[in-house]
Amino acid sequence: MSGPSSPDRTTPSTRAATVAFDHVTKRYPGTRADNPGAVEDLSLEVPAGKICVLVGPSGCGKTTSLKMVNRLIEPTSGRILIDGADAARRDVTELRRSIGYVIQQVGLFPHQTVGENVATVPRLLGWPEARRRERSEELLGLVGLDPATYRDRYPAQLSGGERQRVGVARALAADPPVMLMDEPFGAVDPIVRERLQNEFLRLQADLAKTILFVTHDIDEAIKIGDLVAVMQVGGHLAQFGTPEEILANPASDFVARFVGADRGLKRLALARVESLELRPAITARPGDDAAAARSRILADPFEYLLLVDALDRPIGWLAERQVPTSGVLSEAMAASMSPILDRRTTLKDALAMLIDAEVQAGIVVDRRGVLRGLVTVDMIVERMRSPVAAATSAAGPPG
Amino acid sequence: MRPDQPLIDWAWIAEHLDDIGLRLVQHLGISALAVAIGLAIAMALALWARRSPGLRGPVTGVTGVLYTIPSLAMFAALVPFTGLTLLTAEIPLVVYTLLILFRNIMAGFDGVPAEVNEAADGMGYRSSERLRQIELPLAVPLIIAGVRLASVSTIGLVMIVSLLGRNFGGLGVLITEGIQTFFATKVYVGAALSVALAVAADLALVALERRATPWAQGVAIDIAQGPIRTPEWIP
Repeated sequence: MSGPSSPDRTTPSTRAATVAFDHVTKRYPGTRADNPGAVEDLSLEVPAGKICVLVGPSGCGKTTSLKMVNRLIEPTSGRILIDGADAARRDVTELRRSIGYVIQQVGLFPHQTVGENVATVPRLLGWPEARRRERSEELLGLVGLDPATYRDRYPAQLSGGERQRVGVARALAADPPVMLMDEPFGAVDPIVRERLQNEFLRLQADLAKTILFVTHDIDEAIKIGDLVAVMQVGGHLAQFGTPEEILANPASDFVARFVGADRGLKRLALARVESLELRPAITARPGDDAAAARSRILADPFEYLLLVDALDRPIGWLAERQVPTSGVLSEAMAASMSPILDRRTTLKDALAMLIDAEVQAGIVVDRRGVLRGLVTVDMIVERMRSPVAAATSAAGPPG
Repeated sequence: MRPDQPLIDWAWIAEHLDDIGLRLVQHLGISALAVAIGLAIAMALALWARRSPGLRGPVTGVTGVLYTIPSLAMFAALVPFTGLTLLTAEIPLVVYTLLILFRNIMAGFDGVPAEVNEAADGMGYRSSERLRQIELPLAVPLIIAGVRLASVSTIGLVMIVSLLGRNFGGLGVLITEGIQTFFATKVYVGAALSVALAVAADLALVALERRATPWAQGVAIDIAQGPIRTPEWIP
């Protein structure tokens, strides 16, 4: 953004900017050897419209890195480029008004109503009153707070989750191309956090802002991030890549330890049934010849027959010994059923369902309930061990 | 005091309502002027100390030392320079408000939650905008608390101004004259009205604070939102 926001813009646009760190270093004079909060030669690029999560233990410099983007902290050396323009050369006030900023404690202004809080940056930019009010109500609606109910309340009258929503609405008010979020969901309880994360991802699907998001919680990083930058104490970038890449191929022992021993399972939460090549099932319909079906399953290592109805919708399983040697198949013969999965089920959920049901295979159906194929525990475990699937990368590390 | 005299001579009061009213208005005027000038000076000092935090200790020290000078001594010391004038009356009154007001204004700034200032900076408030639109409004409850303390103590101190002369002595003149003429009614009227004035001023300031801070009324300030801390030194 090269000038003040136009007051004429009435709907949230999807404009976003790339944010690039170019050999950025921040040193604090006279600090301890491990240099908490320092950043050492950080280079990474966040493509427009993507969420990049900076994650790491306390003192790793993640918050410092974030605050260097809106120049609450000035780098010792290096440049931060927003859409290719050096942030250090822009007027600091104008720069900050063009970047959304959300912090853990929210920092709503206690003496202003919710509506006034949301309209903060539009007010600083000199938007006319009516336009500010309209924008403020639009944003409250966007974050799921009824404007009529909440507009005239004061922050002290809100719950923690509501304050956090107002904080996000306030950051979005002037439609900034870049948002900085410093542990925005860190101060609310786990149930509210989960809900806020989901709402935030839904919002981002429409807004497609470039977002830098700081957290110390690796699970949040994996869930939220298109890209994840793992930082370690001393301000070093330990690894930068998609969540999938980081879980599949940790670049160092530090990253492997930080993402946790269950990183295989975490990967499964990122992948869906649709990413697997489904195994075909041996099927038969009620009324088919039993002897013929029997010979078909004997030829297959997986000795189960799946009965389906006339529309190919699964009815149930017959084990090899349950298939009569003569006569015809009937619906009543189906002895058991497997969990029904669809293409969007995550592999983590699929595995949990199979283990729960104590079966080897789950049945994948489409939206109309028509059989698409089978997923087995072995296939999921195989996938967990496989190297990263290149197609899932949103963007690689720069250079 | 003459033994045959009633404790309160209601007839005298009825006959002298004009004079009593004049003294009351005088008393209020001298007090209000002192607090207003004191607030202006203390605010200037506080804004200065906000920009240069190193000044806070020295300013507190100097205003604290001034506060310890006995009032009678300060009036007496000023008379050779400024004579029996209103100026001689106002200088000590103003000086005595500075410690209370300066410390309360600074406490008001301190009470602005750090995350509120950080959010304001991050969203692009200039320093002067942040001061006017965020910090001062949030400091209002503590500033008014300081003005209340300063007003009540000044209203009491103005009694002594009557020593400088009848022209601008306020209710103290009634008391001085009552004592000199052995007329108890004047003493009681002067004392009662000064107490009433102090209470009324205090209540008026409380009402002003309520009106000025609708956001702090009827709501429990939640810890997570950052409570406005009451400074530990307020008596």
